[in-house]
Amino acid sequence: MSTPPADTAAPAPLPAAPALEVSDLSVRFAVPGAKRWLQAVDGVSFSVARGETLGVVGESGSGKSTIARALLRLVSATAGAARFRGADLLALEGPSLRAMREHLQIIFQDPLASLDPRMSVAEIIEEPLREFRPALDRAARRGQVLAMLDRVGLLPAHLNRFPHEFSGGQAQRIGIARALMLQPELLVCDEPISALDVSIKSQIANLLKDLQLAFGLSMLFIAHDLAAVRFSCDRILVLYLGRVMEIASRTALFETPRHPYTQALLQSVPVADPVLARARRAAPLGGEIPSPLAPPSGCVFRTRCPFAGPLCAEEVPRLRPVGASLVACHRAEEFAGLPRNGG
Amino acid sequence: MNAAILPRPARAAGQWRQSWERLCRHRPALVALALLGFVVLLALLVPLVSPYDYATPDWDELYQPPGGGHLLGTDGLGRDLLVRVMWGCRISLLVGIAASLVSVLIGVLWGATAGYAGGTTDSLMMRIVDILYTVPFIPLVIVLTVLFGRSFLLVFVAIGAVSWLDIARIVRGQTLSLKNREFIEAARALGLSNTTMIVRHVVPNLLGVVIIYATLTVPTVILFEAFLSFLGLGVHAPLASLGTLISDGANHMKSHPYLLTIPAVFLTLIVCSFSYLGDGLRDALDPREQR
Amino acid sequence: MSAALLAIRDLRVTYRTEAGGLHAVDGVNVDLAPGEFLGVVGESGSGKTQLLLAMLGLNAPGARIEGSIRYRGQELVGAGERVLGCLRGARIAMIFQDPMTALNPYLTIGTQLTEGMRHHQGASRAAARRRALELLDAVHIPEPERRFAQHPHELSGGMRQRIVIAMALICEPDILLADEPTTALDVTVQAQILALLRELRARTRAAIVLVTHDLGVIAEVADRVLVMYAGRVVEQAGVQRLFEHASHPYTEGLRRSIVPLAGPLPARLPSIGGNPPNPAELPPGCPFAPRCAYAFDRCGAAPPPLAPVAPGHLRACYYDGPLGRIR
Repeated sequence: MSTPPADTAAPAPLPAAPALEVSDLSVRFAVPGAKRWLQAVDGVSFSVARGETLGVVGESGSGKSTIARALLRLVSATAGAARFRGADLLALEGPSLRAMREHLQIIFQDPLASLDPRMSVAEIIEEPLREFRPALDRAARRGQVLAMLDRVGLLPAHLNRFPHEFSGGQAQRIGIARALMLQPELLVCDEPISALDVSIKSQIANLLKDLQLAFGLSMLFIAHDLAAVRFSCDRILVLYLGRVMEIASRTALFETPRHPYTQALLQSVPVADPVLARARRAAPLGGEIPSPLAPPSGCVFRTRCPFAGPLCAEEVPRLRPVGASLVACHRAEEFAGLPRNGG
Repeated sequence: MNAAILPRPARAAGQWRQSWERLCRHRPALVALALLGFVVLLALLVPLVSPYDYATPDWDELYQPPGGGHLLGTDGLGRDLLVRVMWGCRISLLVGIAASLVSVLIGVLWGATAGYAGGTTDSLMMRIVDILYTVPFIPLVIVLTVLFGRSFLLVFVAIGAVSWLDIARIVRGQTLSLKNREFIEAARALGLSNTTMIVRHVVPNLLGVVIIYATLTVPTVILFEAFLSFLGLGVHAPLASLGTLISDGANHMKSHPYLLTIPAVFLTLIVCSFSYLGDGLRDALDPREQR
Repeated sequence: MSAALLAIRDLRVTYRTEAGGLHAVDGVNVDLAPGEFLGVVGESGSGKTQLLLAMLGLNAPGARIEGSIRYRGQELVGAGERVLGCLRGARIAMIFQDPMTALNPYLTIGTQLTEGMRHHQGASRAAARRRALELLDAVHIPEPERRFAQHPHELSGGMRQRIVIAMALICEPDILLADEPTTALDVTVQAQILALLRELRARTRAAIVLVTHDLGVIAEVADRVLVMYAGRVVEQAGVQRLFEHASHPYTEGLRRSIVPLAGPLPARLPSIGGNPPNPAELPPGCPFAPRCAYAFDRCGAAPPPLAPVAPGHLRACYYDGPLGRIR
């Protein structure tokens, strides 16, 4: 079991344009009954390099699933842009939107719910071909489906079965097969392994890694499970209440987390070592996630942050470089022992 | 995580196949199906093989009780009751099934469109349904009869025009809950057009519910028609539906009870059979049973 | 040595299905000492929830329960509703996975909190209220008096779970059963609740049985661990022993598929192949054999019995060579 080459402290310059570049994405929902908006996502910017997996991590109310749905245009974004294949995803309509879908696909959290219970596995996996490759005849389609089945670890015998006959892990493989039939450029994974049994999670995580290499995919990996994210992602974005707290490479995030929330998250994850777990640490992060209907002023994390100061209530911290990471915190340099830059 | 616990059948079985198997295990439904089949067979064959027809009076054989040449007796004009009852069954079944089909068709299209479209379209379409609900049915039919005269078609149209409302509501509710299921989201992520979505994904998942309600609509419609005919608003004499037969029979309840009981028994048989069949289908197709 | 608080012998929970018998729990033996924190870890089909429910006779109707569960010597299997009703909430309490649905949305928090005490101990309103406030304090709910008049939907998930814990503890039970109490919560809230459970155990000396699928949670809080697979206990040991010397291939596989948050990262995660077992279609022999990297012919004949490998460490496996073959 080899370890990948260690990340260097400074990020290498991107050799080519990123696969996806999101700027200032905001999504808000009208809440029936309340006169306020629910700001699910607020000014989120990030990019995904070609062949890279960007993890999006957050707890409930962080907006991570909303970002996925906004990019797939399942939900309307209120503001912002998402450059993908030379166009703004969020501004496309009609035939150009439809054409773009061939290159951007999604797999869902609940594998069984994302498959039409009345369609056979063959029909489910074939559907993208029927929509986007009308020139293919039945035999050709069947051939491609069989090839994909093999790649995701299913058997030809499964073709005529129905979703309810499969376990969660197998159903997720079907979902992955469907998503990859058109060989998309970008695959959005919305908590792809959260709903799976522990012994299956690693199978699917391995599968996704293999497929990413084989297909040259860029991936957006949304999860709440930091351990899964550490294995599957190259870079990670930490969200809290719809805002970006930190963006860092895997090494940087896990070895030197800069944002107090990231630190709290890492400390909260149960450690699978009884000695370490009990010897450990400070009290867990107190308080609760504030309601997205009434987010705190300034830095949204300040109500639970052990280091909150007066500035934190007044000014929203901007995302800026601290060390090798991008951090949205007024006091990040103090914790890192670094001199404060211009800004 | 819960799916792993569920038994996986050895051979591939579609949901429809499994539902059929479940239906076959539901005794009352099977009996009902057999009974209905029997009645349909009788209704089709008896008038063809019988020497009597439903209209010709026979002045020598008035009010004959069951037995002898006339298996179920004759009525006040000497017409064979068996044939008339079979004709009555034909009409009741025809109106029942046909009117139900029409109302199901209208109801499904209306409800699915309203549910899928959502927003103002949905509100508008359902408000129309609400308004139509308030229209009093019998006075409406009376008015229509006055305007257009008594006719078979009128009954058909009147019934069909009212029974689609329930189905529309049910289908709309189902469509609304389907809309939020992840596989619909997945289909949208594939860029399917709205029509394809509805035809390929929404309707097949609605069919279970629709079949159940269609089967339960049939007895309602049959009873409606019987009621209208009983009131004298239905089919023309000498053609008889079970409703008119019961109406006539009621007039002779004391003197010739068989004129009432026989058509009533058949009507009950048909209506109950459809109800039990609907019950069986509901159990067989219940989405909660579908894993 | 104190007598076991709860002694379970050869417990079987069976459901009848069209396909035959479904053995949700298949011969479990375990003792629970007073004040002990027992962790039960397993995946779908392991029977861990059914085991917990059996302790209170809460399995679905249609479940056939055989074997023995003795609470302080009193037999619970086959005991009528009256006996079980006296125990539930009073001596043995349970908290469930989803705090959203465990509370009645129509009743106020105050009513739900005091319900147990008023029913079991005939306490007056005032006395029950006082005690409830004490408990709200013990579970660190801010502004406890205000919460009394609130309804569940006005509280967050973490707070609701605290309330559920408070409800469970109000009659000072000997045993607290917890079915995945933190699975539905955010990770930061989960850490709070686990810390709370540890604290409460120290204060009340209640024994806690915690069911989870997360080995990390087990490492954080449990004293002793039962690893379940397909309705059977496959390994049983003290928590430290389990993590350092896991000797059942399944436990090994679970442990090694956990991604560490620090230290070297494998390019490929070691994983257990195959799918979780279907309790209605178990193979003869060891239920884990189809997925086991060490299976040999003996494994297919009959399920291995639970046997000691070291004091306090039991496992059910025929293979006794070194582990480490998991790719």
